[in-house]
Amino acid sequence: MNAVTGRPGRVGESARRIDGAPKTTGEYVYGGDLSAPWMLWGGTLRSPHAAARIRSIDTSEAVGAPGVHAVLTAADVPGRPTFGLEIADQPVLASDEVRYEGEAVALVAADRPERARAALRLIRVEYELLEPLVDMELALDPAARPLHAFGNVLRHVHIARGDLDAAAADVWVSGFYETGMQDQAPLGPEGGLAVPASDGGVDLYVATQWLHVDRQQIAPCLGLPEELVRVTLAGVGGAFGSREDVSVQIHACLLALRTGRPVKMSYGREESFHGHVHRHPSRTWIRYGATRDGKLVAADVRLLLDGGAYASSSPAVLANASTFAAGPYEVPNVRIEGTVVYTNNPPCGAMRGFGAPQVCFAYEAAMDELAEALRLSPLELRLRNVVGHGSALPTGQVLTGSAPVREVIERCRAIPLPPREPPLGRDPLDYPGGAGRANRGEHIRRGVGFAVGFKNVAYSEGFDDAAEATVILSDAPNGPIAAVRTAAVDYGQGLYTVLAQIVRTELGVEDVIVHPATTESGSAGSTSASRQTTMTGGAVLEACRAVRAELAARGGDLTGGPISCTREFHHRPTDQLDAEGQGDIHVSFAFTAQRAVVDVDTELGLVRVVQIAAAQDIGHTINPLGAEGQVEGGTAMGIGYALMEEIQVEAGLIRNPSFTDYLVPTALDVPPIVVDFVEEPEPGAPYGVKGIGELSTVVAAPAIVAALRHATGRTLTRLPVRPDDLLGLRPDSTAHPRAPVPDVPGQQPVPEYAGLELGQQELMKGHE
Amino acid sequence: MTEALRPKTLEEALALRAAHPEATVLAGGTDLMVGVNFGRAEPACLLDLSRLGELTAWARDDNCISVGAGVTFSRISAELDDLTALAEAASTVGSPQIRNRATLGGNIVTASPAGDGIAALAAYDASIVVARHARADRRIPWDEFFLGPKQTALADDELVVAAEWEPVDGPGTFAKVGPRSAMVIAVASICVQLDEQAHDVRIALGSVGPTVLRATRAEQLVTQLDWNDLDERALQEAGALAAADVQPIDDLRGTAAYRRRAVEVLVRRALAWTLAARGKVAA
Amino acid sequence: MIVHLTVDGTTHIVDVDPLRSLATLLRDELGVIAVKNGCEQGECGSCTVWLDDELVCSCLVPAVQADGASVRTAASLANGGLDTVQEAFLDAGAVQCGYCIPGFVVTVADLLERDPHPSEHAVRDALSGNVCRCTGYRKIFAATRLAEARRP
Ligand SMILES: Cc1cc2nc3c(=O)[nH]c(=O)nc-3n(C[C@H](O)[C@H](O)[C@H](O)COP(=O)(O)OP(=O)(O)OC[C@H]3O[C@@H](n4cnc5c(N)ncnc54)[C@H](O)[C@@H]3O)c2cc1C
Repeated sequence: MNAVTGRPGRVGESARRIDGAPKTTGEYVYGGDLSAPWMLWGGTLRSPHAAARIRSIDTSEAVGAPGVHAVLTAADVPGRPTFGLEIADQPVLASDEVRYEGEAVALVAADRPERARAALRLIRVEYELLEPLVDMELALDPAARPLHAFGNVLRHVHIARGDLDAAAADVWVSGFYETGMQDQAPLGPEGGLAVPASDGGVDLYVATQWLHVDRQQIAPCLGLPEELVRVTLAGVGGAFGSREDVSVQIHACLLALRTGRPVKMSYGREESFHGHVHRHPSRTWIRYGATRDGKLVAADVRLLLDGGAYASSSPAVLANASTFAAGPYEVPNVRIEGTVVYTNNPPCGAMRGFGAPQVCFAYEAAMDELAEALRLSPLELRLRNVVGHGSALPTGQVLTGSAPVREVIERCRAIPLPPREPPLGRDPLDYPGGAGRANRGEHIRRGVGFAVGFKNVAYSEGFDDAAEATVILSDAPNGPIAAVRTAAVDYGQGLYTVLAQIVRTELGVEDVIVHPATTESGSAGSTSASRQTTMTGGAVLEACRAVRAELAARGGDLTGGPISCTREFHHRPTDQLDAEGQGDIHVSFAFTAQRAVVDVDTELGLVRVVQIAAAQDIGHTINPLGAEGQVEGGTAMGIGYALMEEIQVEAGLIRNPSFTDYLVPTALDVPPIVVDFVEEPEPGAPYGVKGIGELSTVVAAPAIVAALRHATGRTLTRLPVRPDDLLGLRPDSTAHPRAPVPDVPGQQPVPEYAGLELGQQELMKGHE
Repeated sequence: MTEALRPKTLEEALALRAAHPEATVLAGGTDLMVGVNFGRAEPACLLDLSRLGELTAWARDDNCISVGAGVTFSRISAELDDLTALAEAASTVGSPQIRNRATLGGNIVTASPAGDGIAALAAYDASIVVARHARADRRIPWDEFFLGPKQTALADDELVVAAEWEPVDGPGTFAKVGPRSAMVIAVASICVQLDEQAHDVRIALGSVGPTVLRATRAEQLVTQLDWNDLDERALQEAGALAAADVQPIDDLRGTAAYRRRAVEVLVRRALAWTLAARGKVAA
Repeated sequence: MIVHLTVDGTTHIVDVDPLRSLATLLRDELGVIAVKNGCEQGECGSCTVWLDDELVCSCLVPAVQADGASVRTAASLANGGLDTVQEAFLDAGAVQCGYCIPGFVVTVADLLERDPHPSEHAVRDALSGNVCRCTGYRKIFAATRLAEARRP
């Protein structure tokens, strides 16, 4: 796979990407680029229905089709029939029922990709259609058809602090906010290659986010011990959460083991939309109470997430969304009721921000309303209420780490506003609507909006997502070189470059090799939750220090052979939430503020984002250029979330599974982004770093919509904002009925209720 | 496997067309290949027009402008940039990569209500020149050629060879709206062409009906105005008339209500732009 | 049908369906992975190549129209070392996951060949057909200007 060498700079310098050169020439091998001699092509038959019983599957015609080597259905799964990140509730192949459009039903391996596709069309599945359950509130109805044996409530989180009913507020504001289903839309679709091994096992090369959790889901389904399933990372064409869950992994291995030949599976864009989880659509009812001088005294939040047909990481997403739902503010009296339900919609799970963006949209809108009610500037209201070091969150968790929130806000405010532009004579692309040239200076209103947001770093709720790394120092003709072995995934965010910078800094070497990530190394945990620079960075730092100590013990002499040290980095332990939603559940937090400036064509509802000013709390900067790139990219994704990106689902069916109709921002949609970093080291983290990747995606959309409200005076309660909304042509979602009562049926989280295995918890046990 | 017919001359192409009415015609492929790649189109026989020199030329004199079916949008915006309405429409099609391949003929035969090139042809009152083996060419006025979404008057044994129109003296413009700043299929579009000599205006609207439409009542109203004494209220009225006359639908990309509103605004604006440009440009 | 084509200087003769897209022909038949498949419908520009010196999305070019053609990919730019555009992408921090980058590199190189000192408008127009999901484009604009400044 892609071993990468380079001569990046040290910690604090804008090092060039260690894996950059082959990416510019096209030599870098991504999951979908893999091939092997004698390779077969795998294909997946997916359900065209959102809800149906499977009466029969007839594969006879496909089996006999030219070039076909295997056709598999559920009966051919040798091991556990289901998989899942947290709860193994999703069939490897559906046997009796399909619960969403796109659910895998059968597999084919053929000698050519077009023959695999042709064979899929020859499989006859007889379905008995069921009425799909597609509304998340209807799913709460005790009379609703249960989609799983244990009901439709996947998890409920109840957080209570202080006494909401006794809160003495002078002013109350309340609102109802909705967010749509966003897709990660990584540019590289899912892909991998499974190669059967002579020991009866299988070697899988795949683009993913966490090799070990993949293996831990693959092996039981194959009926193999984990040692016989070896996973190697292929080049990853972006992920953003979409590769947390398995896609081709189990299927490709099944086909490879059945045929005895290497099997490649690679999705196209349409299949990719059906083949991974999305960002949860949400509905949030929020009420803030404050004193006349602008101190928050109460927050009452009811939050509902649509988890879709299977659990994926929904329970963890809900925990995040719920614990962040009252905002990064000190509020003495809080009640938060969060629920995630099963529906027949596409499954939702991890996406950059992981529950934080949905609630940030709601709480920041409510804060702006409150500011208006109190006649305070939005920033002033926030400054009077933001948390800081020592503050307690609604979960009772006290911020013991760095929390320079005030400074983040002040620094964002200090970024100069973009210059006013003349109404006429601009570059045509500098008007709302851009290349369409529908605006040439008419009816433009400029708006400015702020949003503040926060998110946790690393895994929560008592989970010890440790990371292992090995650093090897050896002698070479031109001086010592160092190598890093890790199972951690760099899917583009720049981890390997950061690791090399750490090694160079700690060991003073020039050349650093980062070996391909495989399950031969111990688990590094997932590349998600903004955690890898802290976790794998921490492991590499500790390993470097151990190497240094050993070198010193050898008197600085490497002639006795290479020095290799392996270390495991653990973050501080956390708790579970108790029955009142109290507990020290998150490891640490990072904060950000963004200011958006927009131009709105108030007649056509067209928007031009003019500038984004971002100030972010990042602890310590390892690679300034890389860090900026994270903020810029995350902001672009937030622009999409605000203005155009939505998987449109009707009766459970995705109507726009293509880049023609699922629009992502182009180069003309992303304005200059001015980034300022606040560096206050995080205790316990290597160099004091914090995660960077997710925060900008959390706040960009709320900031942009605040600016749109400022420009248009409209309430804008739904993401993404459509031109119709800006013109008042679509009814506001505040017209929606009141919040469902917080006491939902089946409050017990499913894992306890159904006694299912907890995927990631299982993995953790290996670490104890 | 698909059979590929690859004529080198128009005559050869027409003969093959007559012999293979079932064949799918291929020009730049930017519409056809999307269907092929997604498994929605599986033509058994293909007639590739890309080697026909006859289709890739344009010609103009005092009486007629003719643009070959095989001329790409990149070439239109580079080589015919004084035909402002058409050139502006051409430059908003897709992206540079798309415009390098996408032909005017392909745009015409795809017959999408959102076809940007079609909106310009409608504003020019163009005719579509259609050829058939061993017969004289047919010149079909644009409004008789486009019958509905993806439906045209083209017969199975015919090819589109060009679009033709009489030169018009006066400013023209094109604009379209969509939810992002580049690479959008029009949610609504407009092409306006003034005719100074006839004191006439043509207003073509895209994506607001089964085909590209002309806003006839609005046109009549503007024709009656004194163009030297601009009256904002009359323009508003023209916008309202056009909005009342279109037949938009709700679809994935936009709502009927929004499209109607967009028409009202676009008509008003595009008229204002072209009226203001009088004397400054010729098109 | 039998298709003859030259890819980055190497001549190939392949037997493919005339409607097979050039992108999959290059990737799946010829192993040319400098062409990426991102959307199969010309919306993302990841498969951008030069087809007889013209910038195209290879996913929309049927094999029949590549017959006799010369195709150049991002790989053709690197002769021994990286070229100016590729170096500029690295120095500007314009590469993250990298999946869009071969397409972008070709697009930027094409722009600068045709227009060595493009206006802001020209740059934006030129980059509008390539989607990047990681960088937010700002550093790709910077890379374009860096390459412009460094070009001989
Ligand atoms: C990413 C993308 C963006 C796009 N953006 C736009 C846009 O902004 N605006 C817009 O209007 N369109 C857009 N299109 C659609 C398309 O590019 C245009 O319609 C283009 O003009 C089609 O031309 P072509 O030569 O590629 O046609 P082809 O795909 O080759 O053919 C299209 C159809 O016309 C038939 N045909 C072609 N030529 C002839 C002929 N001479 N005689 C008879 N039949 C013929 C073919 O059989 C086929 O049915 C976009 C397409 C893509 C993929």
